[in-house]
Amino acid sequence: MSNLLIWRKGVNSVMLTVTGVFTVITVAALFLILGYLVYYGGSSLDWNFFTKLPLSAGETGGGLANAILGSLEIVAVAALIGLPIGFLAGVYLSEFPDKVFAPAVRYVADLLNGIPSIVVGLLAWGLLVVPMRQFSGLAGSIALSAMLIPIVTRQTEQFLREVPNSLREGALALGACKWKMVATVVVPAGSKGILTGMILGVARISGESAPLLFTAFNNQFWNGSIMQPTASLPVMIYFRALSPYDDWHRQAWAAGLVLIGMVLTANILARLVIARGISVPRG
Amino acid sequence: MATPLVVETPVIRRQTQAGDIVARWVVTVFAASILFVTALLVYQLWTGSAPSRLKSGFGFLTSTQWNPVTEEFGALPFIYGTVLTSVLALLISVPLGLGAAIYLAELAPARLSDALTFLVELLAAIPSVIYGVLAIFAVVPLMRSHVEPFLKSSLGFLPLFKGPSLGVGFLTAGVVLSIMTVPYIVSVSRESLLAVPREQREAALALGATRWEMVWQVVVPYAKLGIFGSIFLSLARALGETMAVTMVIGNDPKIRASLLAPGYSIAAVIANEFSEATGATYQAALVELGLILFVLTIIINAVARLMIAATTRKGSKRS
Repeated sequence: MSNLLIWRKGVNSVMLTVTGVFTVITVAALFLILGYLVYYGGSSLDWNFFTKLPLSAGETGGGLANAILGSLEIVAVAALIGLPIGFLAGVYLSEFPDKVFAPAVRYVADLLNGIPSIVVGLLAWGLLVVPMRQFSGLAGSIALSAMLIPIVTRQTEQFLREVPNSLREGALALGACKWKMVATVVVPAGSKGILTGMILGVARISGESAPLLFTAFNNQFWNGSIMQPTASLPVMIYFRALSPYDDWHRQAWAAGLVLIGMVLTANILARLVIARGISVPRG
Repeated sequence: MATPLVVETPVIRRQTQAGDIVARWVVTVFAASILFVTALLVYQLWTGSAPSRLKSGFGFLTSTQWNPVTEEFGALPFIYGTVLTSVLALLISVPLGLGAAIYLAELAPARLSDALTFLVELLAAIPSVIYGVLAIFAVVPLMRSHVEPFLKSSLGFLPLFKGPSLGVGFLTAGVVLSIMTVPYIVSVSRESLLAVPREQREAALALGATRWEMVWQVVVPYAKLGIFGSIFLSLARALGETMAVTMVIGNDPKIRASLLAPGYSIAAVIANEFSEATGATYQAALVELGLILFVLTIIINAVARLMIAATTRKGSKRS
């Protein structure tokens, strides 16, 4: 073998090994993160965490029950606003598109999807917090729903497009009008994928803290109405982790474990169980 | 036209048409709400930043002073911190992500590739505040006591690695951001690599190329638009990333050459100071920073989307 060939073969095996090593590093990062959370969070997690209110600074004990409840409230309201809007906009893009308007909506939805979440928080702040002169859980929900809408829109569109045209033609040939065809044939056919997209979207927004910092803000007590400052798990983690108290750091780890448990469970459920057999578009 | 076999009665036709018209209107209105939300966002950012824009004009972009007490506001230290941390992140995540994408698209068996890609994409699902917690309690001590002293002893003659090892600063933020952006690069680059036609690979191998030469000289150039798209996509994510950066960048609005020094980013200053900002100019200055971030990410995202759309529609290795 000539020297050149030996060199080329050497480069080949070195570089191919390097790509394998990079893959291992990337995947290992995930397990390292999970391992850290399970180790530190698991040892700090107890029943009080789920049932008790936070204690004042420096005291040991207490829990984050109000933040768990607050997160559920904020995300539920955001989902109530965002899911129907996103879904119907997705139906528009796939089933009733217009030559000029549809590409514009699609492009703007993608752009809205890429806008930093903290900037979306500024929108909700200007819309609700300024006129009401008060932080409120509702403002947080509005911010999160503005993030949810474009995600659900694009996912719904992509899954509806995967429904074969023969189903549409079949429905029309049986005499169905267009809206009946969409409602009774096309949407049910794409429902698994749409559901997956919705779960992924809700999981994504439930981990967001940046848009909540100056909309829902925080609260040390049970949340009153949704028109008042509302505690949430991600924001609580942020404040706890930056505090100087060891006991609060423990709570940050525990809350992190609970949050990632919920988010990853939703992701795995959605992509492995519900979406089994259909390809999930990414983006 | 041929005579229709079944003649519809006018009443039924009118009813069905009415239903379709209503349905079309309803979904169009909801679709329009996306444009409306975006327009509202632009309007809010524009009017909210008005006091600051009118006061300092374009000087806002070039001033390095940030002093809420004397009401002097300049964006440059934040723009510097945002861009520097994002570039550092890409310096790590592009080789790492592209390498992993090549392995997943070219070498791994299809099943293993799908499973590993799923795991890598889970990285993107982890909330950013959790990255922040890990960064504070695991990455910062590691940087302070091992990585930064090592960099100073080996590369300390460069101005890039001077100053005390604080653990927090540009470099730490960049490292954390690199892990957060890697999944986007892997996922989109892998898709683009898989979309390269099989004939391209076979031709390269038939000419006697080694496997690596085939990948690097034929497949990667063919998919380069999609790969660049993935890089821009993760750049946009890195620029706008808030929580994890806020927790480790050091929060000091100064422009420093050393990567070990503490700094500040646009998203971090909004997160830290917005809820406590008093005075119309202070608040407006923060909103204007939001406007800058918005414009920056819009431009980069627009470029990324165009690049990705141009490549991923060309046929697939596995179809």
